[in-house]
This record gives sequence, structure tokens and C-alpha cells, in this order.
Amino acid sequence: MPARFKSLLRGIAMPILLLIVWEAICRAGLVSPIMLPSPSAIVSKWIEWLRSGELLLDVLGSLGRVTGGFLLGAGLALPLGLFMGASPRIYEYFNPIIQVLRPIPPIAWIPMSILWFGLGNPPAIFLISLGAFFPVLMNTIAGVQNVDGIYLRAARNLGAGRGAMFRRIILPAATPYILTGIRIGIGTAFIVVIVSEMIAVNNGLGYRILEAREFMWSDKIIAGMITIGLLGLAIDQVMNALNNHLLRWHRGMDN
Amino acid sequence: MDYISINNLCKTFQGNDRSVPALQNINLTLSRGEFVCLLGPSGCGKSTLLNSLAGFIQPSSGEIIVNGQPVKYPGPERGVVFQEYAIFPWMTVAKNIAFGLEIKGTSAAKIRESVDTLLDTLGLREFRDRFPKDLSGGMRQRVAIARLLAIDSPVMLMDEPFGALDALTRRTLQDELLRIWHESGKTILFVTHSIEESLYLATRIVVMTYRPGTIKCNQIVTMPHPRDPSGVEFNELKRDLGLLVMEEQERHTSDEMKAL
Repeated sequence: MPARFKSLLRGIAMPILLLIVWEAICRAGLVSPIMLPSPSAIVSKWIEWLRSGELLLDVLGSLGRVTGGFLLGAGLALPLGLFMGASPRIYEYFNPIIQVLRPIPPIAWIPMSILWFGLGNPPAIFLISLGAFFPVLMNTIAGVQNVDGIYLRAARNLGAGRGAMFRRIILPAATPYILTGIRIGIGTAFIVVIVSEMIAVNNGLGYRILEAREFMWSDKIIAGMITIGLLGLAIDQVMNALNNHLLRWHRGMDN
Repeated sequence: MDYISINNLCKTFQGNDRSVPALQNINLTLSRGEFVCLLGPSGCGKSTLLNSLAGFIQPSSGEIIVNGQPVKYPGPERGVVFQEYAIFPWMTVAKNIAFGLEIKGTSAAKIRESVDTLLDTLGLREFRDRFPKDLSGGMRQRVAIARLLAIDSPVMLMDEPFGALDALTRRTLQDELLRIWHESGKTILFVTHSIEESLYLATRIVVMTYRPGTIKCNQIVTMPHPRDPSGVEFNELKRDLGLLVMEEQERHTSDEMKAL
């Protein structure tokens, strides 16, 4: 416990020092508050934003889009990846298209997505699902292709048919890869949501920091950025917990 | 009528530049309840023979008949214990043992009962809800054996199952296997390159030649179990078999030198 406490202290020391220096520079009037607002100004702006109820709506808006887009993208990628990984023929059909589409960043789809889906949530969801789709797909394919043949042989020997083989052998054996894909997919979805909110919708954290820029509210921009960071951290923590639970059987996942 | 009969079995593996004859004209029969060890140096095709019997490998020619049925596919009536254990790491010990029964659609109550019995038989009771990563090699192989006993395969095909274990663990598992074999009357084909292991276990030892794999000799071992590895008869047989196996080992070695 004392060792943990010490490491906690060390971890807190740097940020506190940074904040003090930052606050001091601002109070001394060395920089204009538009270029760099002080930490205390950011905090009071953040509290004001929270109190107005707008912050909650923005967070929920962004989270909702990430969730919706991710579920759509991953929901399509997972079955396709399982089939492509398991069947060389299906792989041959789809792989060339995927190899061509995959390197196109979701951001490059923005103009077409607005033409196709107009403004509002639909293009945002489309872009986010695109961002989540490819990482989940590629990792699922790799996961299935890398299932150790010995497990397939053992399962066949024990009498497993196609269905049981898929559900009870291939899917769990590929889970470490699939979870890696999901993690990358959520990360991409989170980047894309901020960008897509800057172009197509009128709430959400991405929209809010762009709006704040119009009014030169630097304190609100930074408050928004910090909120985005904290939200990303929270999502990562949830993923970590899920990972540890689903892979509790995995070597090197001792907890 | 022979329980297992292997007739004129040949298997040639096609490489890019050459083909390797792994098995040539293998004729071998096993009676129900025999414990046969396949003995030979690596590369003699003993694993190929076992995998053909398991249905994992299709022979180039010849046939295998088990209990009147030609072998075409892998199936639970010919259970395999792999050297690499091959128990499913994402399932607990109990789930691994239950797997074959769940596939068959056995009722939950029956599964529970057999799993409990097998956990006791193999001394795995405390490991019931553990994942394989927490188990030693010996314990993992116990799970693999229990998994086969659960589906009650009449034939057990064992591919160097104790090869990766330390000597003491190996001896314990050999004794347990003998006990299970005595109690269950299963027909066992056991691949090993250890002369001592084959002498400790088998009622018959089949020595194979190195590339192409053929049967060099069929040695019936009449010593009753448990056998004493320091006894006279044991050691006489060990010396005789040792000479036979070493001839093949030398061909293996000279082949490897040529490859250099």
C-alpha cells in the first residue's frame, strides 16, 4: 500500500506542477486569455457548461453516435470476417474490394456521405461505422485464420459438427484478435465522431468545440477537449474490463 | 474377426520437388482390448499411421477397417490424445470434459454426473472450474484423457501423449492409464519413441522402420502388469528392442547428414 501510494503521488505531482505553472503564466498576463486561458477559467467554464445541461446533452449525443455507428460497423464486420476467415472462397470474393476500400480514411468519405445522406445523424453514423468496420473486419479474419489447427482436429475428433465448431471453437479461439479489432474500431469511431460532428450536426462535443471557436471561447474549447479525453479514457477502461473478463482464460491475462 | 485391421496401407506425401513415402504396405491388426505401442525413431511414420487411423489423414492406398466399418473421417469412436494436449484453453476443466457429451446432446444431469465421476477418477476434482492455463502439463493431459473417457471411445489413439512430461509425472500417468485400460477394456494404440515406455505399457510392441515406414517386427509382451523396469525379462527385451530401433535411428541420422 505505501508503495502504491508513493507511485500515485509521483503520478499526480507532474500534472499539479504543470497546472500551477500554467495558472501563474496566465495570471501574470504573459499570454492573452484567447491564446491560452487559465486552468481556473477553464474549470469555471466547464462548470457553467455542466450546469446549463448542455454538456450532458453533448456527451450523450457523441456517445450515442459512437455507439450506434460502432454497433452498425462492427455488427456487419464480425459475421463477414468470420465467414471470410473460415472460407477461402468467400475470402477470394471479398478481399480485393476490401483491400481497395480499406486505405481510404473515413474522413475522405465526408463529401459523398453528405450527398448521400444529407445533414444530421445519418452521415455521421455512416462515417463512424466505416471507421469501426475495417479494424474489426481485418482482425476477425486474422483471428479465424490463426485458430490453431490442433483445436479443430480435437473438436472434430470429439464429434463437433459445423455449427458447434464455429460457435464453440472458432469464435472463442478468435476472441483475442476480435477484441483487439473492437478496441481499434472504437478508437477510430471516437476520432470520426468528433470530425463528423464538426460538419453535419448541431450538438455533440465535436460540434461544441467548433462552435466555441466561432466565438473565440478558448476556455470552452479546452474544456471540450478535456471532456473528449476523459470520455475516451472511460471507454477504454470499459473495454479493458470487458477484455479481462472475456479473456480470463488467456495466458498472460492473470488478474 | 479383428477389431481393427489395417490392410496394405500406403501414404506418400507430395512435396514441391520430391515425394516422401511415409508408409509402405502396412498390414496390422488389433484385437479388442489390446494395448499396442508403435515404436520407432522420428520420421518412421508412426504418427502418420495413427493419424490415418484417426481419420485426419487420407491414405494414398489401402484401407483401415474398425469394427467392420472403413475409416473415412475423424470420429468420436476413435478418440485421440494429442502430444500437445489440445484441450480448449477457453473452457474450464469441467467444460472441456463435458464438451463431447454436450455435442452429442446428452442431458445436463447426465453430463454433470459423468464429469463428476471423471474428475474423481483422474484426480482433477479441485481443478473443476480452473482454466487450462493454470494447470501443469500432467494435469492438462489428464483433462485430455478424461475428455475421451467422457465420450467413451472404444478405441484410444495416443500420439506420444506423455512425451513432454517430466519422468515422475510420466510414470504416474502411465500407471493411471494402465488402471483405466484394465478397468475399461479399451483398445489402445500408443505412439512413442521410448523403448522403456512401450515395455512398461504395451501387450504388443510394433517396431517401425525409418522411411519408408514399414513394420519391422511385432513383439508380444506377456509380462503381467505392473511391470518392473529393473527386472530381468524387462531388460532383456529392452536390449533386443533397442538394437532394432537403433538400426532405424542410424538410417535416420545418415539421412540427416546427407541432407546437409
